[in-house]
Amino acid sequence: MSTINQIEDLTKQEYKWGFVTTVEEDRLPNGLNEDIVRAIAQKKGEPEFMLEWRLKSYRYWASQEQKQAEPKWANVKYPPIDYQALSYYSAPKQKKELKSLDEVDPEILKTYEKLGIPLHEQKLLAGVAVDAVFDSVSVATTFKEKLKEAGVIFCSFSDAVKEHPELVKKYLGSVVPYTDNFFAALNSAVFSDGSFVYVPKGVRCPMELSTYFRINAQNTGQFERTLIIADEGAYVSYLEGCTAPVRDENQLHAAVVELIAHDNATIKYSTVQNWYPGDKEGKGGIYNFVTKRGKCLGKNSKISWTQVETGSAITWKYPSCILQGDNSVGEFYSVALTNNYQQADTGTKMIHIGKNTKSTVVSKGISAGHGQNTYRGGVKILKGATGARNYTQCDSLLIGDKCGAHTFPYIEVRNASARMEHEASTSKIGEDQIFYLQQRGISKEEAVSMIINGFCKAVFRELPMEFAVEAQKLLSISLEGSVG
Amino acid sequence: MSLLEIKNLHASVNGNEILRGVDLTVKPGEVHSIMGPNGSGKSTLAQVLARRENYEVTQGSVEFAGKDLLAMKPEEAACEGLFLAFQYPVEIPGISNAYFLRAALNAIRKSRGQEELDAMDFLPLLKEKMRMLEMDEKFLNRPVNEGFSGGEKKRNEIVQMAVLEPMLAVLDETDSGLDIDALKIVAKGVNAMRSKDRAIVVVTHYQRLLNYIVPDYVHVLVNGRIVKSGGPELALELEAKGYSWTEAEPAGARR
Repeated sequence: MSTINQIEDLTKQEYKWGFVTTVEEDRLPNGLNEDIVRAIAQKKGEPEFMLEWRLKSYRYWASQEQKQAEPKWANVKYPPIDYQALSYYSAPKQKKELKSLDEVDPEILKTYEKLGIPLHEQKLLAGVAVDAVFDSVSVATTFKEKLKEAGVIFCSFSDAVKEHPELVKKYLGSVVPYTDNFFAALNSAVFSDGSFVYVPKGVRCPMELSTYFRINAQNTGQFERTLIIADEGAYVSYLEGCTAPVRDENQLHAAVVELIAHDNATIKYSTVQNWYPGDKEGKGGIYNFVTKRGKCLGKNSKISWTQVETGSAITWKYPSCILQGDNSVGEFYSVALTNNYQQADTGTKMIHIGKNTKSTVVSKGISAGHGQNTYRGGVKILKGATGARNYTQCDSLLIGDKCGAHTFPYIEVRNASARMEHEASTSKIGEDQIFYLQQRGISKEEAVSMIINGFCKAVFRELPMEFAVEAQKLLSISLEGSVG
Repeated sequence: MSLLEIKNLHASVNGNEILRGVDLTVKPGEVHSIMGPNGSGKSTLAQVLARRENYEVTQGSVEFAGKDLLAMKPEEAACEGLFLAFQYPVEIPGISNAYFLRAALNAIRKSRGQEELDAMDFLPLLKEKMRMLEMDEKFLNRPVNEGFSGGEKKRNEIVQMAVLEPMLAVLDETDSGLDIDALKIVAKGVNAMRSKDRAIVVVTHYQRLLNYIVPDYVHVLVNGRIVKSGGPELALELEAKGYSWTEAEPAGARR
């Protein structure tokens, strides 16, 4: 990931919003009602159809809230959220500017160092003022031009609503309708921004699309919305996230991601999530309640999710695939780590509708400290899904004796020709394994990290190279101090 | 000067005293064999030397190359040149043999201020040692010990020893579970490692291995103490008479 690009993105923003911010003016009062929803749409200058959709979503959400229908089935515990105490729109907060790295929390600096983030970039991430004088040839511009040449649309959701309303109208909510669940409804009503990708027929997107490169949308806030469409025969690989720790002030994050793959199209979606997990006593941290779903609409289409989840206090997330087209393929590769008092309830749903549809699920859960890690997976083979196949492998690794691993696989088969495989294992990280590596000269910390990386290998090899390297480092950092 | 100097070593596991005053001196170039019946403390001695955590030393001292071995962590002892060939080599899923061994070698080199080896430099070295132990190259990329047969695991231990070139190698029942052909291959590998700068301690239950790795000294460990020491002929005597006759005799025949 090029540092220059990130810096350029960031510096552009600094100019856009200025160094002394007008945050207060751009912040709506706390609470949620129809007026707030209208105000959001107005601030964003959205067309009528968006406002209507937001209002419908809001009304649905409000009815659910009244019924107290916030989902409670996940294996996580947290105090009730007061939805009227949150502000649902604020322009990206300009962080208090620091004069030098000396003013930054040394813990954060240590992490940056271990991740190998260059000094300049460290300053940016930590919000230290940077005199950015860079090569005048903008890498970001080259990047945009290359995409344009290929006909790929990659922009912020806000821009998409203005510039490609027909596409947004056609696909928004087509995979995750606002009635899908409580948090999806909330997101649909108030989402602030996000990413939009459209890859036209027969186009192989010439580069990995990363949120790093996205212009004007670095701080999408707590309600992010992503929509990716791969038209017939198209291919796109999308990377979400940043491995550097983000000390986000927003406690509740409810994002929605929708993917649509037409005939013979492939979408690969990779996430590395490292949001603030709370402190060692479990105070603070982000609630990450996300709805991610892809629809393999066309025949021979493929959607592949890869996630490495190490952050957030609570994770509630099930990237899923609806395998509608015949011969379509869904994949889910996941590493979820919980340390200290983190809780994760994550997994996937594979819904087989078309004939000869195939799905693969590989989930690796790591629990340390007092962490609680739950795999929750659903595989559904509908009546018409003749010849459907699923392979699920679900492994849990425990470090220490105060953590927990839980597995809830749901399998529903309505077509007798289906072939299902389910493998599950739970193991403790072996003291004998650690000793073996130590006896060969490898330090205890390295030994643990090596064992964990071996455990996660089947998932890491699905990640783009650079992401995989960062993900490995991230795991060892997240586990620091959890052994011995 | 001695390489290893064990004095009055007492060690316990979960409060049970296993070693009850072991004395042993090993000089560079020597091969010692420690024999003894089951439960006599042979493996415990090996584990204590390798600095395994849950073995508590209650008395005594161990000097290794002039340094206090008991103050070292396992990885520090390894970096000082102590190698343990495990009785039960451990499986590490997802990590290839080649990757693991290069990480180990580089950790040791780094601790000595030597340059780390990249894969290009390392692979020929590893392949050479694997040929010596007659291990197929397919084991390079197989996860460490995973799915290896008993004999393959033991040979893999000696490959590691050959790559890491320790000053002191402790072989803990390396012969157990080996058929005669594998035993000969392992012995060939170990003998190739004999040198005037390196010492080897062979812990074994049976004399069989000592036909192929001929020790300079044989010690008999019974009830956590060395009760008898001698030359290679002692091993033959043990084989003929069993261990019980040594128990009656007092310790003191140590060098």
